[in-house]
Amino acid sequence: MTREWHRIGLLTDIPRRGARCVTSPFGRIAVFRTADDEIFATEDRCPHRGGPLSQGIVHDASVTCPLHNAVIELATGFMQGPEGGRVRVFATRVDPLTRVIELSLAEAAGVPEAAE
Amino acid sequence: MQKLVVIGAGMASGRVLETLFETDPGAFEVTLFNAEPRGNYNRIMLSPVLSGEKSFEEIVTHDDAWYGANRVVCRFGEKVVAIDRTRKVVVGENGEVPYDKLIVATGSVPFIVPVEGRDLPGVITYRDLDDTNRMIEASARAGGRAVVIGGGLLGLEAAAGLRLRGMEVTVLHLTGHLMDRQLDEAAGYLLRRDLEKRGISVMTRASTERILGENQVEAVELADGTRLAADLVVMAVGIRPSVELAKAAGLAVNRAIVVDAQMRTSDPDVYAVGECVEFNGTLFGLVAPLYEQAKILAGCLLGRPGSFAVKELSTKLKVTGCDLFSAGDFAAGDGREEIVLRDPAQGVYRRLVIEDDRLVGAVMYGDTGDANWFFDLIREGAPVSAMRETLIFGQSYQGTAPLDPMAAVAALPDDAEICGCNGVCKGKITGAITAKGLTSLDEVRAHTKASASCGTCTGLVEQLMAMTLGAAYNPAAVKPMCPCTDLSHGDVRRLIVAKELKSIPEVMQELEWKTSCGCAKCRPALNYYLLADWPGEYADDDQSRFINERVHANIQKDGTYSVVPRMWGGLTSASELRAIADVVDKFSIPTVKCTGGQRIDMLGVKKEDLPAVWADLNAAGMVSGAAYGKALRTVKTCVGTDWCRFGTQDSTGLGVKIERFMWGSWTPAKVKMAVSGCPRNCAEATCKDVGVICTDAGYEIHFAGAAGLDIKGTEVLTQVKTEEEALEMIVALVQLYREQGHYLERIYKWLKRVGMESIRAAIVEDAEKRRHYFERFAYSQRFAQRDPWADRASGGVAPHEFRPMAEISYREAAE
Ligand SMILES: Cc1cc2nc3c(=O)[nH]c(=O)nc-3n(C[C@H](O)[C@H](O)[C@H](O)COP(=O)(O)OP(=O)(O)OC[C@H]3O[C@@H](n4cnc5c(N)ncnc54)[C@H](O)[C@@H]3O)c2cc1C
Ligand code: HEM
Ligand code: SF4
Ligand code: SF4
Ligand code: FES
Repeated sequence: MTREWHRIGLLTDIPRRGARCVTSPFGRIAVFRTADDEIFATEDRCPHRGGPLSQGIVHDASVTCPLHNAVIELATGFMQGPEGGRVRVFATRVDPLTRVIELSLAEAAGVPEAAE
Repeated sequence: MQKLVVIGAGMASGRVLETLFETDPGAFEVTLFNAEPRGNYNRIMLSPVLSGEKSFEEIVTHDDAWYGANRVVCRFGEKVVAIDRTRKVVVGENGEVPYDKLIVATGSVPFIVPVEGRDLPGVITYRDLDDTNRMIEASARAGGRAVVIGGGLLGLEAAAGLRLRGMEVTVLHLTGHLMDRQLDEAAGYLLRRDLEKRGISVMTRASTERILGENQVEAVELADGTRLAADLVVMAVGIRPSVELAKAAGLAVNRAIVVDAQMRTSDPDVYAVGECVEFNGTLFGLVAPLYEQAKILAGCLLGRPGSFAVKELSTKLKVTGCDLFSAGDFAAGDGREEIVLRDPAQGVYRRLVIEDDRLVGAVMYGDTGDANWFFDLIREGAPVSAMRETLIFGQSYQGTAPLDPMAAVAALPDDAEICGCNGVCKGKITGAITAKGLTSLDEVRAHTKASASCGTCTGLVEQLMAMTLGAAYNPAAVKPMCPCTDLSHGDVRRLIVAKELKSIPEVMQELEWKTSCGCAKCRPALNYYLLADWPGEYADDDQSRFINERVHANIQKDGTYSVVPRMWGGLTSASELRAIADVVDKFSIPTVKCTGGQRIDMLGVKKEDLPAVWADLNAAGMVSGAAYGKALRTVKTCVGTDWCRFGTQDSTGLGVKIERFMWGSWTPAKVKMAVSGCPRNCAEATCKDVGVICTDAGYEIHFAGAAGLDIKGTEVLTQVKTEEEALEMIVALVQLYREQGHYLERIYKWLKRVGMESIRAAIVEDAEKRRHYFERFAYSQRFAQRDPWADRASGGVAPHEFRPMAEISYREAAE
């Protein structure tokens, strides 16, 4: 699958240490902005019991799930702690001048795709 | 001889010419155009000229003699208006010049914020000598006020210069901290503090709405309506590459003029260099890479092609006394480790970011002595594991054995001062420990006052205790708030007040946080402490709140929300019930349920529906019930003398009064109340955080009950005769709890920790103290009693919070 970039908005649309959602055919995607203006995107479902990660508290490059406080590392999608678990992460990039954020769904491969 | 024409006599082209003449003085016949009526000077040194530390003559790079010696035809003050590539001529305002080779070095122009009033006299940018002179002129008038828009490198240098020249200066910055592209929050805070010490006011999150004035600028108006009087406005919000000329000439231009690694444009006879170029998608705004480009370009002209590559850059601010440095990529990330060093007494902050055993980024404030060493490590990508432990202390610490802190303390003489606040020396502390048999830090504080004020000496005092008591000392008594700090909740609360810390980055810097931006445990706690301790001054940080308090609804197990409107004292009416019923129908809310606190709960509301649900409830006069918050939740009542045959007082009326007075206040943990009209206690007041039992004689005030994981009856605080006294007593009690409670500590746990005596002493026995607590609560309510739903239903607060920022359709995704 070639990498297709989707323009989803501006860096400033997301508060620092905050998150917003993007809807996609593969489900809701959470897009996070860290204190240092890094952007990460993950599936908006906690590996523990499906909590919406976009609603958690963002600290460093991690998010704490709002339902039962699982801590997920945003770059890899790994859940910290002995139980393990992982969410899918999506590639993003930010244009340094215009600050437009773009998202790629390439990693969504493996999710059932009706068209193929 | 070949003809070389250069457009723009700036820092980049100046370096090209220098290199050219040094290597082969006879190769080219040069014509140099410059729109500015002067030759090349060191633009980055305009700031010292502005501040008066240097004169213009001192920063000129090439004078007339230099141009003469190199036989450069200077056409200064003449703008180039066109390039005709077919005829190979450059068209200046005063005539044409033919070229064999052409260099476009037009630099960039300041970006002007497109607001009303931007053309008024007195509104200027900061780019060249004329701008600098205009600022110097404006500052000559006594009592002048300047507003600088933009808190980046340029804006701050302008602000510092104007301040040194005696103007009153305010810096407006759009985001939350200064120089946000180069610094993290902690360093941004220190910078702000240093600038404020110099008398510069800084306003962050300040968005300029328009500039006001008749014939001359008079004021700047912000989006929130604030007006700042101004005689001078300096815009320093960014730059735009000057590319019009190149574009008109048909050269390939993207965001700037596109060049290859030899600085050649799409026309092989035309080169470009400096801020007007784009290489591999990168733009340039600092001189270091421009000098590199200049060298490559000169080499190419002389037939010795090199190749330009983008390298790591570093930033420094040229404001005397503000030492800062940043380089590389210092964003946090997985697989990245950070090392943070903070020395609050010296205002020092250092943060290093390491990835794969290499230093990849650094931010430093206050002491930038090792900046170059760190920068070299970043550029070289050298492995750092061997010096990992002492890396942050800098170069001079490498290769020596680390100091043993205990040995250092042991070596101090007995009269060495340990606690600066209270003037306590080492001998007094060790003496008291031995003589009085002290074993805990609290005891040492109580007996010697050491470490009892600002607490920065706590570490030293603990070392003294360890030294004196040996194995008998067990410092584990303090439970740190979270892994980001060694301080307990109590210490943090005490220090926030003692040191007047008023923002999260400030707390983290001054209290030596070990992480750069905290975690999900400490941030909500700090946000509460600051809100409770500095009402009206501290701006609530939404991103440090748990989701329920951020969207003012309760998250449910499936990620939907529940919404609970306030029903004062549990009373409702036909019109409120009708509005609730309509909302339930309109938004197909699946479940409606009565809560334990006499409210109606609508469960299963989708997040994106929340603003519309609130708008409808607001329209019927209802506000948020705060059923989600660490806040005053509900006041449950019984029907009392209004209806009940046993009622002794108006329990419903008192409950409504309490709720109306106290709603909106934030507390360490949730607070639930109840008022019962007689000891039969139908409102179950004796298991609440605060409860009232009415009697014929008046009101019994209860508190510290629990009916959750723990179950516990209330304690009686006191009895009062009138409703007014009851209200004052309850409010003062809650305020004391707000000021002393640890985050997430319910009232019954707080009582257990501080003891009944201390609470009675403050609230019951001392009428004056009680009044003070009451008044402090009332004051903070002025800022707290805003309906969060109304703010959000109107779309005023973060509309994206409730809507997706983008939707990727099936078709797009499948492409
Ligand atoms: C106040 C200030 C402080 C700075 N501090 C620093 C710092 O500390 N560190 C750092 O690395 N960088 C700093 N910079 C940035 C640095 O000065 C620039 O990156 C650098 O000057 C860019 O060089 P340049 O040759 O591309 O453009 P410039 O130096 O801007 O030169 C371009 C020249 O071209 C002329 N020109 C434009 N169009 C035409 C035309 N059509 N015809 C004829 N002439 C034309 C202009 O008049 C100008 O003289 C600072 C900038 C300013 C303004
Ligand atoms: C046009 C945009 C949207 C539509 C049409 C939509 C629709 C839906 C639907 C139909 C559900 C299923 C409800 C259920 O499972 O019972 C749902 C669930 C949910 N929605 Fe949305 N939604 C949208 C945008 C969003 C956004 C932007 C967010 C968050 C920022 C969001 C948050 C949620 C949450 C948290 C759930 C719970 C489901 C779960 O946890 O899996 N929705 N939405
Ligand atoms: S508590 Fe007393 S006054 Fe209130 S409803 Fe019950 S019996 Fe009546
Ligand atoms: S009692 Fe337990 S299950 Fe029921 S609402 Fe409370 S927390 Fe949820
Ligand atoms: S669902 Fe995320 S922690 Fe339980």
